[in-house]
Amino acid sequence: MGSDLTKYLRVEKLPHIWCAGCGHGIVTQAIVRAIDELGLDPAKVTIVSGIGCSSRAPGYMNFDTLHTTHGRAIAFATGVKLARPELKVIVITGDGDAAAIGGNHLIHAARRNIDLTVVCYNNSIYGMTSGQYSPVTPLGSFASTAPYGMVERPFDLCELVMGAGGTFVARSTTYHARHLTNVIKQAIQHKGFSFVDALSQCPTYFGRRNNMKDALAMLNWYKENAVSRDDWAKMPPAERGSKFPIGVFRDEEAPEYCETYRKVIEKAMEEVGAK
Amino acid sequence: MEESRSRLYQGNEACVEGAIAAGMRFFAGYPITPSTEIAELCSVRLPQVGGTFIQMEDEIASMAAVCGASLAGLKAMTATSGPGFSLKQENIGFAAEAEIPCVIVNVQRVGPSTGMPTSPAQGDLMQARWGRHGDQEIVVLSPAYVDEVYSLTIEAFNIAEELRTPVILLMDEVVGHLREKVTLPKPGDLVIKDRKKPVPGSRYLPYAPGEGEDGDVPPLAAFGDGFRFHVTGLTHGPDGFPTNSPSVGEPQIKRINSKISSRREKLCKAEELFTEDADILVVSFGSSARSAKKAVKDLRAVGVKVGLLRLITLWPFPEHVIQRIAAGKLKAVIVPEMNLGQLAREVRRCLDGRAPVIGVNRVAGKLIEPADVIRAVQEVK
Ligand code: SF4
Repeated sequence: MGSDLTKYLRVEKLPHIWCAGCGHGIVTQAIVRAIDELGLDPAKVTIVSGIGCSSRAPGYMNFDTLHTTHGRAIAFATGVKLARPELKVIVITGDGDAAAIGGNHLIHAARRNIDLTVVCYNNSIYGMTSGQYSPVTPLGSFASTAPYGMVERPFDLCELVMGAGGTFVARSTTYHARHLTNVIKQAIQHKGFSFVDALSQCPTYFGRRNNMKDALAMLNWYKENAVSRDDWAKMPPAERGSKFPIGVFRDEEAPEYCETYRKVIEKAMEEVGAK
Repeated sequence: MEESRSRLYQGNEACVEGAIAAGMRFFAGYPITPSTEIAELCSVRLPQVGGTFIQMEDEIASMAAVCGASLAGLKAMTATSGPGFSLKQENIGFAAEAEIPCVIVNVQRVGPSTGMPTSPAQGDLMQARWGRHGDQEIVVLSPAYVDEVYSLTIEAFNIAEELRTPVILLMDEVVGHLREKVTLPKPGDLVIKDRKKPVPGSRYLPYAPGEGEDGDVPPLAAFGDGFRFHVTGLTHGPDGFPTNSPSVGEPQIKRINSKISSRREKLCKAEELFTEDADILVVSFGSSARSAKKAVKDLRAVGVKVGLLRLITLWPFPEHVIQRIAAGKLKAVIVPEMNLGQLAREVRRCLDGRAPVIGVNRVAGKLIEPADVIRAVQEVK
């Protein structure tokens, strides 16, 4: 047992709204554990979320917390971070929230390299609205709006964020809870835009429709299909099948937006003699 | 030698200078005609005073960033026009529900849809009031002169801060692009209001009404101040956490409405000219009111008993002012506006049949001229 994490939770707001077996509690615990292990001052951590099952997490977390509109968490968080760059700003979002309605904010925050940590609770389904397909629902999977199987090609969110210029990008799963905590820790420590694709089971709406009868079956699926980044690289494409890589895919240094803008302020103030 | 306090400002420029004088230190925007100069000027001026400008990826993100910055303690503003105003509505509603002080400028252009981007209109009067889902009162101010743009932008921030609410500054292309003289107030004459903050160390209930005057507006802490509070667009209780209980939700929704509606008389500003003895009243706002004023003066010069009511506060609607003036005997009320009768409809509602309401309307970018108003008055006589 690690240290007591309940001080980071609003225990009086429990029980949470999530279904039995939902992965979101595991991801939330990983975030809180990462904050604890990093020894962050809870008064200087702000958690921002959008709309969806995952986005209800901040309500249970004892920090400054902001539950915004659907898809817009990263844009709200950008305002918070720019106004008070000394705060650690963590965005909790889901795959629909971050990659469909909020996709524009995700890529532009990555491009700016603003120091936000985005943790995407990725269950490849819209859970809150009871199981419609999302931009990451695998081809052929079933959803309430894909009754004949998903026909759209999915996003690989890590590839998407790397393509947009994100400087820290990682993936883990709720089966790999310790690994997940570690990559979230690295993401929070990273200066610049960091993104963690946290695969999280939705037994209620994804599992049941896709031959995984409960949370355990889904966790087992993660266990059997996740491969480390290095093994993945060595794996011949023909053998990959339903497997997917986990680990840190990118960890690079680049000028951080708030710091760069701080220099703009200094220059402008100097020019008008306000300094 | 004392520095001159006179400036020749464009309307959009006066808005930026007024905002900075009011304490704005954050602006997020997106380019759109005819409000773009506001964003451009903020990008120059804000860093000079230690503030932050950002051009976001879209209109929705701009409004979101403004809410975030305000919650982190800065006075924040965005500016847009027609299509962008439509896009921002959801997050303006969030600001109303979550009681986040902020200012939204809409430099109106011709609609519907893309309309005529470089031409003036006043077609967003009703959208400003009703553009969001759910019940919410909103404060909307509308300047007609460049110096008024300056003072009303300050006023907009003051109201936003005092009432913890979004305030809309509804300009139009004419006022936004016109250049006129502005006399800056002396530093000591400037009245600047700041949001109430909770007492450090106290138990903070961010949505709990308190006692006394303005007790219906709870104090607002900033993220990072150590209060660790929760903000949501879900209907919430005094502690800020979501509720499904009608008995908790209803007082919250009613309070965010009544904190504005109960201050109607205090919030409503208007200019009146010859209204005491008028038997014909002209009601207008924004740039149309400039033509209306000229028409009223010209008609008075030839002995026509006409008066002007220029609305500066559009919402909450100054129905008490209109009803007071209508208590005299009005033969007719003329309403010049660059839309198809949005203000006239509201005036008609307030008069409740006491006098006929006649519209003078233009909708495709052509300005209302004094002669148009004079003609309408003469047709009544
Ligand atoms: S619907 Fe799915 S994602 Fe939502 S709480 Fe239930 S299991 Fe979790």
